[in-house]
Amino acid sequence: MSDYVLSVAVFVGIWVTLALSLNILTGFAGQVSLGHAAFFGIGAYTSAILTANYGQSFWTGFALAILITGMTGAVLGLPSLRVRHDFLVLVTMGVNFVVVALFKYVDFFGGAMGIVNIPAPSLFGHTFRGGAPYLILVWVYALATLGVSWYLSKTWTGMAFNTVRLDEDAAAAVGVSVPRFKIYAFAISAALAGGAGSLYAHFIGSVFPDTFVFLESIAILSMVIFGGVGTLRGPIVGAIILKAAPEMLRFVQDYRFTLYGALLVLMMLFQPMGLLGDDSWLWTKLQRLFRKGS
Amino acid sequence: MAQLPSQSIPTLTPESPPRLEVRSVSKRFGGLQALKDVNIIHERGILGLIGPNGAGKTTLFNIISGFLKPTEGQVIFNGQAIHTRRPHQIVEMGIARTFQIVKPFADMTVRENVISGLGMPIYPRWLALVQRYRTPATLQASEAILRLTDLTVWAEARAESLPIGLQRRLEIARALATGPRLLLLDEPAAGLTAAEAEDLAQLIRTLNAQGISIIVIEHNMTFAMGLCHRIVVLAQGEIIAQGPPEQVRHDERVINAYLGQEDDNA
Repeated sequence: MSDYVLSVAVFVGIWVTLALSLNILTGFAGQVSLGHAAFFGIGAYTSAILTANYGQSFWTGFALAILITGMTGAVLGLPSLRVRHDFLVLVTMGVNFVVVALFKYVDFFGGAMGIVNIPAPSLFGHTFRGGAPYLILVWVYALATLGVSWYLSKTWTGMAFNTVRLDEDAAAAVGVSVPRFKIYAFAISAALAGGAGSLYAHFIGSVFPDTFVFLESIAILSMVIFGGVGTLRGPIVGAIILKAAPEMLRFVQDYRFTLYGALLVLMMLFQPMGLLGDDSWLWTKLQRLFRKGS
Repeated sequence: MAQLPSQSIPTLTPESPPRLEVRSVSKRFGGLQALKDVNIIHERGILGLIGPNGAGKTTLFNIISGFLKPTEGQVIFNGQAIHTRRPHQIVEMGIARTFQIVKPFADMTVRENVISGLGMPIYPRWLALVQRYRTPATLQASEAILRLTDLTVWAEARAESLPIGLQRRLEIARALATGPRLLLLDEPAAGLTAAEAEDLAQLIRTLNAQGISIIVIEHNMTFAMGLCHRIVVLAQGEIIAQGPPEQVRHDERVINAYLGQEDDNA
């Protein structure tokens, strides 16, 4: 595999993780967020600062990126408790702007110059920036995120997320503390995105505020919606297609956000459940095909 | 008829009935006085809450179940003030409710709707993050509740695909799954045929016989009079009469304010 293909595969793995993590918040718990890139950025900066400025190892940076981003997610989720639907979208958007502004204007975060010289991870004395080992690391984390998502959907927390998504009053009527589970959703979703941020930072070797802007949040949400919000397969397929296509096809790269926007409009009009969502045209066809085959 | 499952928590103890006290409760929405100095004590039995549209019946339910805070007054359940608590905390104390406009979890199955209520004791604990909800115990408990509410054949159907009468029944099943001591039913017979309403009345009587106190809001007077042991009549936010159905039926203020005539089928 060429370095280029490996790089694309690493990026796709990171964005699959981001889409899966946002799916926990938006797909499972029904809290539509346009600020997910903020958590991606918080994870990246946490890991970058701890390793580049404080000499910690990648593994410490990675673990603390997950922990700190999860805690930040819980705190930043607090404003969401007072609002629903459209207002929540605006609040999460605002959170994204504030976080990026902090990265940009607070010296501790390196300002517009970001943080550079982020060390590569090392394991058993072997350092790896890119290549197959890094690809494996990224995809193991993506699979772990998938595993967490799958397991969560089977737990009482997954059930509570479902009830909150479907009807908050009815959720409260079966004993679900709606605020508690919204905070859980924000924290878990943010924590997993934080890990993806750490992997991104150590792959690129530097982080800049502009990577984590609101437009990136739209891109992540597009992947979830395009693939099929609320399912596990949807965000994976959505992220693979929408991340790989612009990387592989250079002409698409220039029109990346035009593509995301157009797809969002088309999906909302014709397949609001996404490409592979339950009851979607393609998923129904595929299921029929599998049934015939078996 | 089937018994409630033992897994349904907390254990019902008919010998110690729950006691609900609504003390001098008033509720204002801006300039509108929705409830004015309402006092009700309810222990065992089936209490009917009747009154014309806008009388404040659902507002009172919303206050008892924590969805609204009273402007004045208190709600006491088993000696504890509950009017400051949040809805899920009130469910934990043993008060469950249904809604006037049904709110089933639309794209869950009927069984999953019931299971969602069985999680009530687990949701407040960290265990909720790791414990799976589909276990032999929850399946067994949900089965018993589905049998009791006559929903077994619909168990795997999506809740949204059910006709309105069955959705109302499902809401009762889901509420039962939380193991309530007091059940608040908001117009459970709305949209039902006479035969369906009679089946529902039988179910409510069975639940009451198993130790669950019940308060029911109802517009169907025949249904309410035949089902309830005691009736409270609200009009313009105030209690204008209360007592056994026969007494209320002949109360002049009730006839004037609500029934309009002494016919029991208003």
